[in-house]
Amino acid sequence: MRKKNQTTFEGSRVDPIIDKYNAEQGSLISILQDIQAEYRYLPREALEHVARRLNIPVVQAFGVATFFRAFTLEPRGRQLIHVCMGTACHVRGSQNVLEEVERKLEIKAGGTTPDGEYTLETVNCVGACALGPVVIRNEEYLSHMTPTKVSGLLKKV
Amino acid sequence: MRISSVKELDELRREIQDSRDPDRPRITVCGGTGCSATGCKGVAGMLRVGLKSRELEGRVDLSVTGCHGFCECGPIVIVYPQGIFYQRVTPEDVDEIITETIEHGKPVERLLYRDPVTGEKKIHETDIPFYQKQMRLTIGNNTAIDPASISDYLATGGYSALAKVLYGMAPEAVIEEIKRSGLRGRGGGGFPTGVKWESTRNAPGDIKYVICNADEGDPGAYMDRSILEGNPHSVLEGMIIGAYAIGSHEGYVYVRNEYPLAVANTATAIQQARELGLLGEDILGSGFSFDIRINRGGGAFVCGESTALMASLEGKPGEPRAKYIHTSEKGLWDMPSNLNNVETWANVPLIINRGSQWYSRIGTESSKGTKVFSLVGKINNTGLVEVPMGITLREIIFDIGGGIPGGRRLKAVQTGGPSGGCIPEALIDLPVDYERLAEVGSMMGSGGMIVMDENTCMVDIARYFTSFLQEESCGKCVPCREGLFRLGEILTDITQGRGRMEDLPIIEDLSEMLKDASLCGLGTTAANPVMSTLNYFRDEYVAHIRDGKCPAGVCRELIAFRIDREKCTGCGVCMKNCPSGAITGEKKQTHVLNTERCTKCGICYDSCRFDAVKKE
Amino acid sequence: MSEKNRSRGEMVTFMLNGARVQADPGSSLLEAIRFYGLDIPTLCYDEGLTPYGACRLCVVEVGSGKREKLVASCVHPVREGLEVRTHSNRVLKTRKMILELLIARCPGSKKLQDMASELELKEIKFRPLNDDCILCGLCVRMCEEQMAARAIGFAGRGRDRYITTPFDMTSEECRKCGACMYICPACELRCQGTGAETVLCSGCINTEPVCASRYDDAMCFMVPCLSCVRTPEDVK
Repeated sequence: MRKKNQTTFEGSRVDPIIDKYNAEQGSLISILQDIQAEYRYLPREALEHVARRLNIPVVQAFGVATFFRAFTLEPRGRQLIHVCMGTACHVRGSQNVLEEVERKLEIKAGGTTPDGEYTLETVNCVGACALGPVVIRNEEYLSHMTPTKVSGLLKKV
Repeated sequence: MRISSVKELDELRREIQDSRDPDRPRITVCGGTGCSATGCKGVAGMLRVGLKSRELEGRVDLSVTGCHGFCECGPIVIVYPQGIFYQRVTPEDVDEIITETIEHGKPVERLLYRDPVTGEKKIHETDIPFYQKQMRLTIGNNTAIDPASISDYLATGGYSALAKVLYGMAPEAVIEEIKRSGLRGRGGGGFPTGVKWESTRNAPGDIKYVICNADEGDPGAYMDRSILEGNPHSVLEGMIIGAYAIGSHEGYVYVRNEYPLAVANTATAIQQARELGLLGEDILGSGFSFDIRINRGGGAFVCGESTALMASLEGKPGEPRAKYIHTSEKGLWDMPSNLNNVETWANVPLIINRGSQWYSRIGTESSKGTKVFSLVGKINNTGLVEVPMGITLREIIFDIGGGIPGGRRLKAVQTGGPSGGCIPEALIDLPVDYERLAEVGSMMGSGGMIVMDENTCMVDIARYFTSFLQEESCGKCVPCREGLFRLGEILTDITQGRGRMEDLPIIEDLSEMLKDASLCGLGTTAANPVMSTLNYFRDEYVAHIRDGKCPAGVCRELIAFRIDREKCTGCGVCMKNCPSGAITGEKKQTHVLNTERCTKCGICYDSCRFDAVKKE
Repeated sequence: MSEKNRSRGEMVTFMLNGARVQADPGSSLLEAIRFYGLDIPTLCYDEGLTPYGACRLCVVEVGSGKREKLVASCVHPVREGLEVRTHSNRVLKTRKMILELLIARCPGSKKLQDMASELELKEIKFRPLNDDCILCGLCVRMCEEQMAARAIGFAGRGRDRYITTPFDMTSEECRKCGACMYICPACELRCQGTGAETVLCSGCINTEPVCASRYDDAMCFMVPCLSCVRTPEDVK
């Protein structure tokens, strides 16, 4: 294991996370999740650092980071808007809700507003099917969404 | 405190039970996802404040429980000992509940469930039609248990099955019992659970893994979430019993990161079980050791597939591999591994406690026990329902689900998640079990049941699922990656008016190839939604292609909106709501819709109260 | 599971297109079938690398009656008594469809064109794209298993899957050995339109603009000829 005092700037924030999982290869996803919670995205240096510490090829860490939907390599906005596109929400019109959010924020799903305030993402079912269409603002579930309700949930950007 | 014998466990249980007065008032608030979104936290908070301010704190218990299932009517509050069932409770109602029910023992009429048919008010959960036809074996205890309290679980007989197994049954006998019960995997495939355990037990190797698949990715299904959130110990107990039978000492719960409460409650439960010596070294002093850790999923539907899940547990992308050599022989880290889903594990303690004979009497010839379905979509009583296998779709949709909203007609039910099929209304008397669903081109899957009415376009549904699966395909094998891409291309063409009749045989060929040649279960079943809709609703495909019409009025390129001059009152609601500024008109004058600017989002159609916006 | 207890060296007997044949117990169906001289097309398989089971061209039909199914022969072990059919109608139809999907994505690959002519695939029903990579992953396994470099790998998933270096930047691990290019089945001899060495059907060599579609007897067998497609717009 590398000596603590040798770690880089990224390492000093990332090492405790890796140590929590004993630098096990099998914990790669959990480690990346915690790093993302820390930085709101996965910085390149952090991924490279994790790969070194877990003794896996960088390309494997990169593959995992781009395979799973939960991860992003670009900084996210301060507020996360998730529009659920699960089946139950779809048959109740989630497409219209998404389009209205896209219009209001002037970004497409997957994008971040230029001021870094909002990131808009879609998610395939959050298991709140009874309440569809569902929009999740940060951690808060907003139920029975309609395009008309959308403007109320977003501050004018 | 560690318990090191069955006697100590029984003593602890009795102690907990004795300390509880059945007549003591108790309020439970449903804390499931549905009720959380409708504001149960506020209700629970107000109750806490209310009880405190009236100095009732020490005399009335208050607990936030897991999902009660009737999400449509949330937030749900039940007051014991009477068991009065309140629905759609708001923080403002709390005061009245405390005054009327807690202090005076009377129900608050206006918060009771009202039968939509008879208009009668129902006081108890068991009087409500939604609950009457159900058989809530695995999710029933959610209403009685605080998921953060192991005492609650012990009070309801928790971990007695584990004690019975560790001290009275050989591993082979446990496997035999599970085999005799007829329990089959609740995650999709329906493989006999006992047989799976047996082959993992018999596989050579000292290290074996037991895995709980809680990567519930089927859109429209959330029963695993509710069980883990509401009663995590039942899953842990099932896993420990399974591990004992299989001869495993290490277990994993692979749970979606999108389910933070499930992650938290499972982690708490594992911690509590360890502290009591129900998990870890020398469980209950029996000499058997087993521990469980949690891994959070990264958000990939394909990880519901066992080999993909195991790859991601190894820190790799969730890419499946060929299963010609079963995971029971070579699974996680190439060791024998046994994977079952949440609901399957939760059934295990029940079978051990009440016996395989009892269990196998429930259900049909080939499908035993109960199954939890999430009843969602165009249905009155949205929620989680647990029913005996063999119940008909009609009973689920109409007797339990209360039928279709707005008096519209049922068109189809989609079961089995994105790779299931759409079952048309004509087959509504189908008894639900593994075989019968497969016969009609669908499958059990993990139990999503999405109800569709006449306003649902079946071609659009096929396109939706295909595009979902395209995004979720890992992309490893050609049939799934390229085949779904081309299917999606063709279906998009059809929904946008560019379809050709010769596309239909191409769809069939592609579907056949997907089923035959794909690497994993995602690909081999991916064509189900397309094939079942093409099979039962071919006329809708033809209408899109030949007549350029979408009969359900969904596909935007094929519909147009206009305002009926006779009916428009000039109220201005549509104009105010139109996101693209396509509607103009003076107050109290007939409004006009500019078709050039119209994006066909349908907001005007939905918001008009005078039926003046026409879709054609 | 009788083969598990079999002592090393004892042969497994199975039925290959109706003939009783024997194979080494550790071998895959593909190895056993090729040992008997039968031709099975593959794109993601190489003798020196771990079988991957991704291109699915090597599918064969096994079992009988209700249990009849297709399996990828490169990753399926030989088993005692297994009935194997390598060229049934179902097998051929499936291979053809898979190849059609691949050619529609990478119309310029000589390897795919050659395979198409062998399988008598003459028409592509899908809109051609103009990709180079068929994602067979041979280069990834070559880099990892033979070169021990692990410089390239898969990124993304589903339709967005691609092969790349970490962060799509020059990789420190890459020694520029060229093994990935050496083993690539898709980009070798990509049809360049002109040049005697690389052209698919010679139809286009002396024409301007370079397009073979005007030749009815183009040797790549495609109708219309896809060998010189440069951009998707060209074929519209």
